[in-house]
Amino acid sequence: MDYFLGLFLGGLTRGSIYALIALGYTMVYGIIELINFAHGEIYMIGAFTALIVISVLTLMGMNTIAILVIAGVIAVVYSSAYGYTLEKIAYKPLRAAPRLSALISAIGMSLFLQNYVLLAQTSDFLPFPNLVPDFEFMEPYAHIIGSAEIVILITTAIVMILLTILIKFTNIGKAMRAASQDKTMALLVGINVNRVISFTFVVGSATAAIGGVLIASHIGMINFYIGFIAGIKAFVAAVLGGIGSIPGAVLGGFVLGWTESFATGYISSDYEDVFAFLFLVLILIFRPQGILGRSDKHKA
Amino acid sequence: MITFGQIKKAVLVSIWFMFLTFPIMVIRVNPVEHIVEWRWKNMLLVGVGSFILSFVWHYFIRRKELGAQKAELGEWAEAIPLAQRIRSKKTLYKPALVAAGIFALAFPFIFSLYQTNIMASALIYVMLGLGLNIVVGLAGLLDLGYVAFYAVGAYAYALLNYHFGLSFWMVLPIGAALGATFGILLGFPVLRLRGDYLAIVTLGFGEIIRIILENWNEFSFGPSGIANIPRPSLFGIDLSVHNATIYIYYIMIGLCLLTIFVVNRLQDSRIGRAWIALREDETACQAMGIDKTKTKLTAFALGAMWAGMSGVVFAAKTTFVNPASFTIWESIIILCIVVLGGMGSILGVIAGALVLILMPEYLRALSEFRMLAFGILLVVMMVFRPGGLIPNVRRTYKFEGVANDEKS
Repeated sequence: MDYFLGLFLGGLTRGSIYALIALGYTMVYGIIELINFAHGEIYMIGAFTALIVISVLTLMGMNTIAILVIAGVIAVVYSSAYGYTLEKIAYKPLRAAPRLSALISAIGMSLFLQNYVLLAQTSDFLPFPNLVPDFEFMEPYAHIIGSAEIVILITTAIVMILLTILIKFTNIGKAMRAASQDKTMALLVGINVNRVISFTFVVGSATAAIGGVLIASHIGMINFYIGFIAGIKAFVAAVLGGIGSIPGAVLGGFVLGWTESFATGYISSDYEDVFAFLFLVLILIFRPQGILGRSDKHKA
Repeated sequence: MITFGQIKKAVLVSIWFMFLTFPIMVIRVNPVEHIVEWRWKNMLLVGVGSFILSFVWHYFIRRKELGAQKAELGEWAEAIPLAQRIRSKKTLYKPALVAAGIFALAFPFIFSLYQTNIMASALIYVMLGLGLNIVVGLAGLLDLGYVAFYAVGAYAYALLNYHFGLSFWMVLPIGAALGATFGILLGFPVLRLRGDYLAIVTLGFGEIIRIILENWNEFSFGPSGIANIPRPSLFGIDLSVHNATIYIYYIMIGLCLLTIFVVNRLQDSRIGRAWIALREDETACQAMGIDKTKTKLTAFALGAMWAGMSGVVFAAKTTFVNPASFTIWESIIILCIVVLGGMGSILGVIAGALVLILMPEYLRALSEFRMLAFGILLVVMMVFRPGGLIPNVRRTYKFEGVANDEKS
């Protein structure tokens, strides 16, 4: 039973990271109907920036909590800045072009960002310090769930709540919903659609950076390639839940996390990545709109 | 010409990029030994570089917008590229073709073995590019798992030879058939998808094949791969390494000619027209009575067939296969070839393959920047020249005489 519970909670942790990254895909897709292929790279850059800031601050001799907060904030700021710039360079000039062009441009950006980090930093795996201290009250449950996992779950929940508030109750959230329904109409009622799109990229990149820092500190290793597989899996999560739907992305992340966790726990760990892809193929065949997605014949 | 506003903008862009690249370009940490390296020189480089690039970028964006405006007014005569002009003129086209043919045939005798070997690799990519061109360029189905079919061909030769001792020439058609079968296998589930969904599913398919090859040790010998694959023999005579390389070069020339011929004929055939129609508008295409299922599946099968064949040649050429040769980046390089050359244009794809594969070979010093450059290339091509180096020119009918009569 403990084994099952461990796998269940492990899947939940894994799933909440997927969900954090999947949110960026889903929000961008909801507004400009483009798969931001380079989204995984934004997450990787977030993790790298955090690592660099942590290393510099540790050498300066700051205390751990301060480092944690500063590194997190800087990672979020930089990821958002990258997301914003990415949209301006690679997607904005192609807004009127066929979708295939925008997709190829996104792949190019992903390739560029990976190699940019590879050349400017290193191709080796870098150790990422564990930022979360071991809580004492967690001691009796340590064999099932670690402190880091608890922090990941709580952070994810907070981000989800904030995001829901942002989209449901603020002006910019209203503008985002309007732009995702009909861009021309949104323009006509005086919404600056370009600004809304930029804002969406910024928010999506910020959640990806939070996910990046959390998972990097949990796994303890990063390199320039982590964004690619994580990005693909988060995309699977977004599609699984119904792309364009925010609760869907969260649900999709959890379902994918559990699938992987149980499949590797009970079947075999060699084929961990295959499960995600097989899952994706199966969903797209049997329920292309996802679990919570609207049925829209033009999408699939 | 350069106004104050533009300079201000460029300075802002430059500052923005210096800020953006600061942690990753300037600071390098070594978490094991706790050393931080500050590389301020890189910051200067980024600042100056982005300042200049900002001008270039905005200049080209303005030019593109101007072009779009003129095209709307009907003033813009699409500049016909040199290659297309040569093609359309019979007196130039034939001698050019003959010269290219003689050059290709004499290549192994003019240049060294090393050059011939590189050229043979480039020709494998020409074939892969032309195959992917059917799927992406003609049918408009973005396939990011193309390398899987290449792997199928390579492993088909390696395994059939290892277990049953089949020769290169026997496996070549088998590889093609296997490639096509896998193409249909992939095609069935993704029939209903288009665009981005299709791209991700095919990408997943490519990765699944690679992961299976890596983990299923009893079948594919895992990550260590299969070595000592025989090179092709000439009517049963085993050739020396030197002669075999030249032989493979000629096999590739032959196969490329076959590919060019077939793809060219396909393009103008009923099925080729159906692919183009499908690419432009799926609904309208079905309304015209084209069977979508059949058309898409033939595109996948015919595209994958060439990948299977070139996989067989690849295995025979390197005499060694392992899963590391068939990563997703290989698919993306092939996609780059098609995009750079011009989607749907045969001449473009050939040029694209030669440029992209030969250039890194001769610019060894810059080879670590290769993938970086490919990334930039994809974005820049899509933004400024979506048609590629040698764009595919549509066949059009002109009724010039009628227009003149009306005027007079």
